[in-house]
Amino acid sequence: MTEDKSSTLIEKLDEMERIKIESNYLRGTITEELENQITGSISKDDTKLLKFHGSYQQDDRDIRDERRRQKLEPAYSFMIRVRVPGGTSTPEQWLAMDDISNEYANGTLKLTTRQAFQFHGILKRNLKQSMKNINDSLMDSLAACGDVNRNVMCNPNPYQSEVHHEVNELAGEISNHLSPKTGAYHEIWLDEEKIVDTHNDEEEVEPIYGKTYLPRKFKIGIAVPPSNDIDVYSQDLGFIAIIEDEKLTGFNITIGGGMGMTHGDTATYPQLGRTIGFCSKDRVKEVAEKIVTIQRDFGNRTERKNARFKYTVDAKGVNWIKNELNGRLGWELEENRPFKFENNGDRYGWTKGNGKWHFTLFIQNGRVKDTEDYKLKTALREIAEIHTGDFRLTPNQNLIIANITDHKKKQISGIISKYGVTEGESYSGLRRNSMACVAFPTCGLAMAESERYLPTLINKIEEILDEAGLNEEEIVIRMSGCPNGCSRPALAEIAFIGKGPEKYNMYLGGGFAGNRLNKLYKENIGEKEILNSLRPIILKYGRERMDGEHFGDFVIRAGIIEEVHSGQDFHS
Amino acid sequence: MHLTVTNSPFNEEQTEKINQILPTLTTEQKIWFSGYLTANQQAGIKENVDAPSQEVAEYLLNTNSPSKTREITILFGSETGNAQSLAESLETRLKEKEFTVKLSSLENFKPKDLKKVEDLFIISATHGEGDPPENAVSFHEFLHSRKAPKLTDLRFSVLSLGDASYEFFCQTGKDFDKRLEELGGERIAERIDCDLDFDEPAEEWMGNVLLKLTNSSNNDSTVSIPEIDAPDSEASPVYSRTNPYMAEILENLNLNGRGSNKETRHIELSLEDFNIPFEPGDCLGVYPKNDTALVDMVIEKLGWSPDETVSVNTQGKTLSIREAFTTHFEITRLTKPLLTKAADIFRNQALTTMVENEALLKTYLEGRDLLDLISDFPPQDLVPDSLVKILRKITAREYSISSSYKANPEEVHLTVGAVRYQTHGRNRSGVCSVQFAERLEPGDTVPVYLHHNPNFNFPFDGETPVIMVGPGTGVAPFRSYLEEKEELEVGGKTWLFFGEQHFTTDFLYQTEWQKWLKEGILSRMDLAFSRDTGEKIYVQQRILENSKDFYQWLKDGASLFVCGDEKKMAKDVHEAIIAVLEKEGNMSRDESEIYLNQMKKDKRYQRDVY
Repeated sequence: MTEDKSSTLIEKLDEMERIKIESNYLRGTITEELENQITGSISKDDTKLLKFHGSYQQDDRDIRDERRRQKLEPAYSFMIRVRVPGGTSTPEQWLAMDDISNEYANGTLKLTTRQAFQFHGILKRNLKQSMKNINDSLMDSLAACGDVNRNVMCNPNPYQSEVHHEVNELAGEISNHLSPKTGAYHEIWLDEEKIVDTHNDEEEVEPIYGKTYLPRKFKIGIAVPPSNDIDVYSQDLGFIAIIEDEKLTGFNITIGGGMGMTHGDTATYPQLGRTIGFCSKDRVKEVAEKIVTIQRDFGNRTERKNARFKYTVDAKGVNWIKNELNGRLGWELEENRPFKFENNGDRYGWTKGNGKWHFTLFIQNGRVKDTEDYKLKTALREIAEIHTGDFRLTPNQNLIIANITDHKKKQISGIISKYGVTEGESYSGLRRNSMACVAFPTCGLAMAESERYLPTLINKIEEILDEAGLNEEEIVIRMSGCPNGCSRPALAEIAFIGKGPEKYNMYLGGGFAGNRLNKLYKENIGEKEILNSLRPIILKYGRERMDGEHFGDFVIRAGIIEEVHSGQDFHS
Repeated sequence: MHLTVTNSPFNEEQTEKINQILPTLTTEQKIWFSGYLTANQQAGIKENVDAPSQEVAEYLLNTNSPSKTREITILFGSETGNAQSLAESLETRLKEKEFTVKLSSLENFKPKDLKKVEDLFIISATHGEGDPPENAVSFHEFLHSRKAPKLTDLRFSVLSLGDASYEFFCQTGKDFDKRLEELGGERIAERIDCDLDFDEPAEEWMGNVLLKLTNSSNNDSTVSIPEIDAPDSEASPVYSRTNPYMAEILENLNLNGRGSNKETRHIELSLEDFNIPFEPGDCLGVYPKNDTALVDMVIEKLGWSPDETVSVNTQGKTLSIREAFTTHFEITRLTKPLLTKAADIFRNQALTTMVENEALLKTYLEGRDLLDLISDFPPQDLVPDSLVKILRKITAREYSISSSYKANPEEVHLTVGAVRYQTHGRNRSGVCSVQFAERLEPGDTVPVYLHHNPNFNFPFDGETPVIMVGPGTGVAPFRSYLEEKEELEVGGKTWLFFGEQHFTTDFLYQTEWQKWLKEGILSRMDLAFSRDTGEKIYVQQRILENSKDFYQWLKDGASLFVCGDEKKMAKDVHEAIIAVLEKEGNMSRDESEIYLNQMKKDKRYQRDVY
């Protein structure tokens, strides 16, 4: 290919593709930009590369306008997302995260919807040291964001211990296998010498990705039925563990799920993953790699809004992908095996498995912080100081203090009751199944409040639930500040997606087990209309539901909302 | 016609002189004179109805004694430019009377010429703790050295400018005055020491000087020189220190972001119809008002009625006490003269005792105000008129202008740090800065005047590199300079050192520097934020860290400007520059000092420190 032709090609591609090509394997000018004292930000191109390193540049949007008038630049800070494959971390790691949050971040820890730790409010001058400290704790943020495979999710249920352990190991292996191999991360953040020279062969530097990585982010999750806590159908690539005779035999494979869409663009839509077959457990890594290369080669690189794997799958067809995969594997997937999902939530409170105790506590929207009357962060720190088991981040932003010995149980119970740490027992079924993304003030994408608002909205919906006698009923409710859908709203029974300040699109009818997309019920409404709309539906549900019938199923049966069978019908 | 006291408005002396002159005049001369008087009368009548007749007398006196053989030398030692402008005013008046006058700064006056000087008038400010201002240092040193010549033929007078709140009030003027006498000079007019409110005493001194000079060239005259406001021939008023312009506030915002320990106000004032251009480096004087809350406390403590009237000046203008304390008198600072005078009228034994003890008095003045004084030493039978007689007039606060006239001719911007602190168990605040911070809003007006600062002049030749050191509000004139450079599209490298406490909240005018950096109007910027890291970093450290480049810039002919805090910053910056010269220029300490002194003389090292 001549120079001219290649540059014409690049022109047609999305801007991000040029940035990747010119970045010298994700280096860009990040190092230089970190040293620029005049601004708390880095250059626009570098912000995009920084994502691959697990960090987003953000600013405090609450005071953006105020600062503009004060002739100050936005209050820039950085979010760092720490990759925790399968969500499992040690007490030492928990303490390290707690320290970093106090020393460099805003004093809180966010447990994300993808089982990662997230820090907010890290200033540029502290970014490198924070990264170092994260690495010192034997974790990292490489590929926690960006056009690569992200944190691999995994059911964290420790009470299915044998299977869980195996699955968790696999999550780690997949994660490592699909990590970018560039030395950029270690050079920039850990002052390691540049090992690989740019002249080296592309295949040597990034054997799976190449220099342009993937067209878009890529998400993998492993579910262990009957729990679909990781929302396997929302993943680009999902693995559903098949357990036969209490042994893990392999996985059903789902492809092409995803939440993100763009308001007003019906060519974009949330989609459920489709199951394409079964593979034995020893071939999981191979399957993951080949699927990733298919997306690498066929994903849309000219229009980022249509670049997720789900659009590749829908454009090519599920069977085409399956054939391509079989071809690349050199062997054929087996037939799907039977399994059953019952829910996508967490089991709160004490459970016992494998001779150890586990305590799942409810963390509102995954935000670990101390408030005047709830010292959750301090409590968890005290627990981490004595705990000998591990901490598991659930896909619903909750936390399991896992593998507590009989000996430690009393001590940990003591701390739990001393600080009034709650498993959520006193909360309504709605709140226990609630999830919100971060949104304002830090997220640059947010169109409306989410984490700061959902708890208040739930208070008000609870009044209706009380009236209907549904306080204990488990209903999945999710809110996202924008249609990218970090809280996986398209799978909730009741969902809100931010449209503008204090305005939301309201969706109804998702499946309780994360197995069905919901549908738009009302567009661009404020709190008053949300409550006025929900009230008759909830009261009706209270009166007319069948035994064991979930809210999401009821609204479809009652004809309140139409059932969505595929993401391609989402907007119809 | 023979004039007498009864048939004319003149007094006896005047009639005598007029009668002497009139017969000697030709017709042509009489016609010219009549026209001259009429014109002058029309101009002066607005301000002072007594003036014309006195002017006539004066004119006649002067024309009667055309022989002014002694040459006059006026020297000034100026810190902020006030001494210079007074010196220029004296020069103008003397020249009008056809004296031969030489005007020079003390710095530019060659000491070896001193012995040739006949009549010498020195107007000098005092710097800090009684030191001469920068441009008077070497002359002061010379005069007090053994090299100083005998000055037996010299006639002289000194006007000193100062601030009575400093211990060594007007010290430099006193030094010159005493030394000139020691060297044999004849003091032809008594020295006058001016406090911040210098207009009236300076006028008095000039009057005395003019009188002595004219008397000596016309032996029997006793006519006093009237106060003359410059007659204005144009339609629009000429605004000045004594005739301030009422500027409307257009914008008043805090430049410090949320969570800052600091509050720095960015003030934009309208200068519509002000019509006086200003240069980067110039200052704007603002007459503040005292906080009425403090005023009320003082009045209540004194047990007076706030509505009672007092006369506030010698012309007999009266105001209510409340108004007088708010707008007319200084009540937030104590000075030695004030306490001495207070001791005379308070009838408080403790106060009388204290003022006799110099050390106690000095300690007491520190950080206290009028409310403290009357609380600690309650006066007996004190009447308002006696108190206001001993109070200083409220003085204007001068701020370095932070905008460019050429870019925004109808506006002027100020960068004002709100001063708040606690002493002696009470919260105190800066009169003017906190008035901006708390009591003035857009739409309100403040009396302002322009103060040209001849000692802070930026180059606009498009070539001279400029290094600017301006932490905190010291950055104000540099904003003005860059804005003007941008407007004029003038080239030349620029390098700014800025510092404050925190990057996130205290980076004053951050987005503007970013823009100028991007556009190349600002070539380089180095920052020092003292409270962002464990170790406190200040601008002087940044200078040292970049010593190589800094020295290279100086070698390339850079001009160096320092603005801001004097005691902590400017001193350390000066030391840092010395260190740079020693390190990069292989100079000894003395050589570095000489190098910097030469830069000062060449106007390549200018400071505006406070």
